[in-house]
Amino acid sequence: MSNGSVPDTVWKRPPAFITNPTVRMGAWVLLAAYLVWSVGSLDMDWERVARGLPRAGDMLARMFPPDFSRQSLLIRGVIESVQMAFAASFIGMILAIPLGLAAASNLAPRSVYLAARSLIVLSRTFHEILIAIFFVKIFGFGPLAGLLTLSVASVSFISKMIAEDIENMNMGQIEAIRATGASFSKLLIYAVQPQVLPRYLGVCIYRLDANIRHSTVVGIVGAGGIGATLSASFKRYDYDFSLAILLTIIALVFIGEIFSTWIRSRLR
Amino acid sequence: MTPTGAYPDIWRRFSPRQTVIRTFWMIVIVFIVVWSLSNLDITWIYLLDAHIQAGDLLTRMFPPDWGYTGRIMDPLLETIHIATLGTVVTFVISIPLAFLSASNTTPNWVTWFIGRFILVSSRSINTVVWALMFVAIFGPGAMAGIWAITFRSIGFMGKLIAEAIEEIDNGPVEAIEATGAGRLKVLLIGVLPQVLPVILGTTIYRWDINIRESTVLGFVGAGGIGIELYSSINLFRWPEVAVMMIAIFVVVVISEFISAASRSRIT
Amino acid sequence: MLEIKNLNKVYPGGLQALKGIDLSVTEPQVVAIIGSSGAGKSTLIRCINRLVEPTSGSVKLGGEEITTLNRRELRKARTRMGMIFQEYNLVERLTVMENVLSGRLGYVSFWAAFRRNYPPEDVRAAYELLDRVGLTGRHNDRADALSGGQRQRVGIARALMQKPDLLLVDEPTASLDPKTSRQIMRLIVELAHERGTPALVNIHDVVLAQASADRVIALRDGETVFDGKPDDLTPDVLTDIYGEEDWSATIRRDGDEVDAGADDGAGEDKTGKRNNIDEKAIAG
Repeated sequence: MSNGSVPDTVWKRPPAFITNPTVRMGAWVLLAAYLVWSVGSLDMDWERVARGLPRAGDMLARMFPPDFSRQSLLIRGVIESVQMAFAASFIGMILAIPLGLAAASNLAPRSVYLAARSLIVLSRTFHEILIAIFFVKIFGFGPLAGLLTLSVASVSFISKMIAEDIENMNMGQIEAIRATGASFSKLLIYAVQPQVLPRYLGVCIYRLDANIRHSTVVGIVGAGGIGATLSASFKRYDYDFSLAILLTIIALVFIGEIFSTWIRSRLR
Repeated sequence: MTPTGAYPDIWRRFSPRQTVIRTFWMIVIVFIVVWSLSNLDITWIYLLDAHIQAGDLLTRMFPPDWGYTGRIMDPLLETIHIATLGTVVTFVISIPLAFLSASNTTPNWVTWFIGRFILVSSRSINTVVWALMFVAIFGPGAMAGIWAITFRSIGFMGKLIAEAIEEIDNGPVEAIEATGAGRLKVLLIGVLPQVLPVILGTTIYRWDINIRESTVLGFVGAGGIGIELYSSINLFRWPEVAVMMIAIFVVVVISEFISAASRSRIT
Repeated sequence: MLEIKNLNKVYPGGLQALKGIDLSVTEPQVVAIIGSSGAGKSTLIRCINRLVEPTSGSVKLGGEEITTLNRRELRKARTRMGMIFQEYNLVERLTVMENVLSGRLGYVSFWAAFRRNYPPEDVRAAYELLDRVGLTGRHNDRADALSGGQRQRVGIARALMQKPDLLLVDEPTASLDPKTSRQIMRLIVELAHERGTPALVNIHDVVLAQASADRVIALRDGETVFDGKPDDLTPDVLTDIYGEEDWSATIRRDGDEVDAGADDGAGEDKTGKRNNIDEKAIAG
């Protein structure tokens, strides 16, 4: 079955994204230029960095074997972190409902919607640790600051999800329940809740998981939990204890993930 | 037609057994929460004057010290560099890592397990904790920050890319395998193009998150505006703090905008 | 029973969907409202229970002026008007029984509704209605497990649970295949006559309207152009109503495809973000 001509034997893989070769070349050049510029502008102590690699080796050596002997300290820290995470998730779950409703453009009046959305955006812009520091400044060291930090993070995350879910709702069901003469609160439980509930529960479980992760860290700035223990161990060069804490954190987060996946599959 | 009066007049949504189970779970949750709250070492009285304290703090922050803006330009830029460079390094590392962690592209189950373990460890340890470690290794500064961002991000990106790899259409892969191409070529030509959109989208998404993360790395000494912010807070220089928070807000909003715009163009 | 005088509706873009509609229903009859898309049918129906707010005019139900009611009084008035929708609008994640009982939401307290603790008369009436519409034994099924025709029956039961003084029916059969459409229309007409409840039925299929209704009203461009007996709908009148559009295209025969889903008894899931209420209202 020959047609007499031999096809080109050179085949170039078609470019994935930017088809214009000039633009593609330009993008690579830009990237290279940026890398050179940024690395150059960073005030890096290269000598210190060079010493870093052997230090890393040294640190790793001192980490093994992990020191699990200070169990009571470890366990107390873990329990405090978990408690903060649970309580904050619960508070977040509850408070996110009114905020999420207020931030839904198809249910809330415009001024309420704008206020709620701004509040959510504002609280999500700043990293939890920054919020933690503020709470520590106001309420002092200890788990209260951590609890409040995680609650704020939970409320803003969950309410954003709720608001998005509500805005994606089937409005026909709302119309039908409205037409029966039901009041707003009954409308919520009959037409809004059934549509939003499954995803809401999934999001809350996810947030619990995330809170466990974050609760281990807010202690670094004094807001309670095992983060404080970890930070102290690093400062005292107790690297084997540090590794023990890190492994505990990894295990905790891992268990939390398994638990949350299991529950979310049961919710389907 | 059933005669009237023969219709039941009670209807329950849940069977008694279901009601018991539901009530049980609700009690368990409430119990855990109450135990957590009561067991925490918290002096609840502090909450009573919380609003006064917060109001007081806000008044001390205004008016913001606009003159301070000059001093924070460099740290702000450093923050952005840390986030960007960290994301670039993550990009390079996470792609092969993802291939190792995807059940359909990994050589054997040992490599798969190692890959997955690395991903989980990376994700479980907060960026700030990574920063603590790297400050101990490299000393304070941007270097620690970049590696902290990297080590945290590879878990995030690696997981999403691995999931994308596991969901690819096997057709093109089989076609290339049938030509007798080597393993690496199969991955490069059969798999990679299919997951490229996900890789790029995830990279931009993570870059956006990393900008936020980089703002606080300075708290443990790993560079960026966090250093200035931490010192100003500790010295109670609230107007300076206000300026820095506004600057952070602007940077984060811009990066979110860039991220959302680029990602909508990719998908 | 129902008295509409000089009803006008102008949408924000400037489109005038209803131009001075006068309509009077003085006896328990089934009134079919026909007209091409955009004629104002859907707007008219929704202005009566104020799901769409009229711009001006008067709507009186049983002597009570609806357009001036405040929110609480409006809710009370809505309990007296049962509505049946084209897309059924059942709460899909709830059971059939909950959907039927939701017709009583305007009558029970919040806590009773939350705990699904309805009074015995309501529960009995619900079972009876489910029997009457042919869905005996399905009360514990989830609404999205039902076929299109079955869902519409639930919608009908829900509307009737309100013991309404008026039935507002918005294109009940547009999402159903021709055979089921006829069954549903027959059911609606029977029930309306049994209970002596007047019904306003938007319907696209002219022949089905003629066969089912006691009275036909036709709208064109927001105005009434015909009001009389079904038999008086001659082809000339119909061409006048539908303008240049071929009105015979509205007739659906067995075997015709319906893109919104057919009553095949397989119970497809009709979830989907159907946010086309606004477009439909404007399109009439």
